[in-house]
Amino acid sequence: MLRRSMLFMPGNNPGMLQTAEVFGSDSVILDLEDAVSLGEKDAARILIKGALKTFNYGTTEVVIRINPFSTPYALEDIDVMARLKPNAILLPKATPEDMKLLDEMLTKIEKEEGFEEGSIRIHALVETTYGVETVYETIQMSNRVDSVCLGGEDLAADLGVARTKDSEELFYARTKVVNACKALKIDAIDTPFTDTNDEAGLLADTIHAKKLGFTGKLSINPRQINTIHKVYSPTADEISWANRVMYAKDEAEKEGLGVFSLDGKMIDAPIISRAMNTLNTARVIGLIK
Amino acid sequence: MKILKPAKAGTLESNDISIMLMPGTNGIEIELESIVEKQFGTEIRTLIENSLKELGVEDATIKAIDKGALDYTIKARIETAVTRAGEM
Repeated sequence: MLRRSMLFMPGNNPGMLQTAEVFGSDSVILDLEDAVSLGEKDAARILIKGALKTFNYGTTEVVIRINPFSTPYALEDIDVMARLKPNAILLPKATPEDMKLLDEMLTKIEKEEGFEEGSIRIHALVETTYGVETVYETIQMSNRVDSVCLGGEDLAADLGVARTKDSEELFYARTKVVNACKALKIDAIDTPFTDTNDEAGLLADTIHAKKLGFTGKLSINPRQINTIHKVYSPTADEISWANRVMYAKDEAEKEGLGVFSLDGKMIDAPIISRAMNTLNTARVIGLIK
Repeated sequence: MKILKPAKAGTLESNDISIMLMPGTNGIEIELESIVEKQFGTEIRTLIENSLKELGVEDATIKAIDKGALDYTIKARIETAVTRAGEM
């Protein structure tokens, strides 16, 4: 599925939960962690339970961010939420050890509830230095992992550095996460841009992350969705180029040519693959039929 | 299910309902203040009462301040208050 944007929603806010779908993000992350105060974890679980039984979120992916295993809340979060069969769980401060534990718990609950094994997916939120160094192993701990999301704020704190507008301090983490994700064929989702009033900054940051290989971006405010989608959706020129590549490929195949050129440039398998990805994305978001 | 101690749940924010649940001895008594009292007051009272009965609560006093909560929110806040007020 397409995950250009994943929008955080506070798990204890009824107004947000009932409008989660209307902002048009590809995924919504119903948050039990940072957005919920310590004394309201029980209320948030019950409210999310009610929301998931009441609303149809359509094609929007529903993800629940649980509390980390280092807190007293994680086990109950998983036990309550997994039985509601969300599309996925977001594991904060992800490590190989915690991923293994979460996978085992989900397998057990799926058996008890009669759900198809592996149907509850996992997104790994990497936001510690240990998490960055072990990201490849973390992904390999479970066949359920669909993406790694980078959490820049916690990571900067763990690094002992300040967050900056150009995110220079995240360069190593960003490239390491992207490389691990690409190697294991899953989505790489970039850290949120936290200044919700700086649209130009968000645009520049999203373009930069896309250049590094990220496939989508976390979002903390519905106002950020359009900008993120603009960056991660193919442009008319890109779609036109992809169509021309595919047409040229078909013609070359008819003539029995293995290698061919377009506009004076050689077209090979990676370029054809990129063109196919562009067209697939355009099709999924309804830009072409 | 017996209400053992006073408990609160919910907030006064838009789309939410604030519930104050207290032990009672005379069935379920509801004091409701709602921004949609005229249109939905009766339905909200019925929903509160039915939610409590579903949770096995027979005696309780409720003070509810509604800010336009949907049914799922009212039921969730009642369940939260009940779990905080006694043993399920």
